[in-house]
Amino acid sequence: MNGLFNVTITVNGTQYERTVEPRLLLSDFLRHDLGLTGTHVGCEHGVCGACTILFDGDPVRSCLMFAVQANGHEVLTVEGLGTMDNLHPLQEAFWGAGAVQCGFCTPGFLMSLTPFLKENPNPTEEEIREAISGNLCRCTGYQHIIDAVKLAAEKMRR
Amino acid sequence: MKPAPFKYYAPTTVEEALAHLTEYGYDAKALAGGQSLIPMLNFRLAQPAVLVDLNNISELFYIRPDGNGGLCLGAMTRQRQVEYDPLVAERAPLVHEVMPQIAYPQIRTRGTFGGSLAHADPSAELVAVNIALNARFRLRSQARERWVPADEFFAGLFTTVLEPDELLVEIALPPMPPRSGAAFLQITRRHHDFCIAGVAVLVTLDGKGQCEQARLVFLSAGAGPVIAHQAAGVLVGQAPTPEVIRAAAERAASADIDPGSDIHASAEYRRHLAKVLARRTLTQAFDRAISNI
Repeated sequence: MNGLFNVTITVNGTQYERTVEPRLLLSDFLRHDLGLTGTHVGCEHGVCGACTILFDGDPVRSCLMFAVQANGHEVLTVEGLGTMDNLHPLQEAFWGAGAVQCGFCTPGFLMSLTPFLKENPNPTEEEIREAISGNLCRCTGYQHIIDAVKLAAEKMRR
Repeated sequence: MKPAPFKYYAPTTVEEALAHLTEYGYDAKALAGGQSLIPMLNFRLAQPAVLVDLNNISELFYIRPDGNGGLCLGAMTRQRQVEYDPLVAERAPLVHEVMPQIAYPQIRTRGTFGGSLAHADPSAELVAVNIALNARFRLRSQARERWVPADEFFAGLFTTVLEPDELLVEIALPPMPPRSGAAFLQITRRHHDFCIAGVAVLVTLDGKGQCEQARLVFLSAGAGPVIAHQAAGVLVGQAPTPEVIRAAAERAASADIDPGSDIHASAEYRRHLAKVLARRTLTQAFDRAISNI
């Protein structure tokens, strides 16, 4: 079928029905069709991590999936992680530890780290570095990001 | 950049997928994890007219023991699942060791074991490891099914023996032979980059502690994976002393591989790395073989 496809995708708990071209990337679907611009597009070939979202709970590159592939599945973006009034502990920790400068990479880091901390509530620095190895940051030099993860892990353990 | 338009099919069975591939032939491309293909589509380096999405074919996702102490994996099994599977850790320790080195965790969530093989990137870890471990691949088309040993599957840069109407459906990994050891090393500029040089090794000792078999497979040393036959020739029948290992590593680097130069490394540097990595992996593999006696 060359034409358009009807998709039903649950994003941050809300079900959306849309009609899309098969070549529409999931990242573009989230940003343009749903207006959820928290997911950022850095490289569109899978190396920068800015577009990372959770797909059925697992971290994936939304620039390397098509929206049609998400039909019937659940997506969590940074908008679903916390709100201004109710920040996720990771978001608070990034803020507190100075891990955000321009903020472009931040949503990708948050979405990569959320499942990581769930599985590794008490990570070593080495494990943290390994976990963020798929996310690039041009501003911070990573040290404060690592501090933020340690801070968040500690908060979340309590 | 965005992909060029394509027709899209999402079959739920292998039969359906094969029917699409038979109909469209060279115009169609199978979509597995998409972690290598979709970047190419995004750059428009590839512009297939038809995409056959394999992600809804549940019969291709599995890890099972075979009857003989080995393993069978469905080609669509996610790399992440292979990484954490206890059966893989037990029966294919080299695969278990290599999985965390492949790209990043997010890539391994979608990337598949078979997809990496069918894509045949010369720096793919799984390509070298499967050859080193003497894996066999099951290929299916509508007309027939055939088994191809890993060392006959790869035909050059991003090229395999898969016909346009064929799918790789299963990978069979034999059990580790007795008195064997395997090792893998690669050099990357940054953690998880595509490697500048790498090698996967499997060695087996005979009853007298001499090398009975050796398999060295290099990554990023040519258009495809390179099996170092001459280096193996140096090792077989010899006790694996440091001198013999050194000689084999030198033979591999000077005679077996023909690496290219690019912006990442010169051919000479790749040869040097290949020699050092071969020596280290052979040493480690033989140590493991000895401790497995």
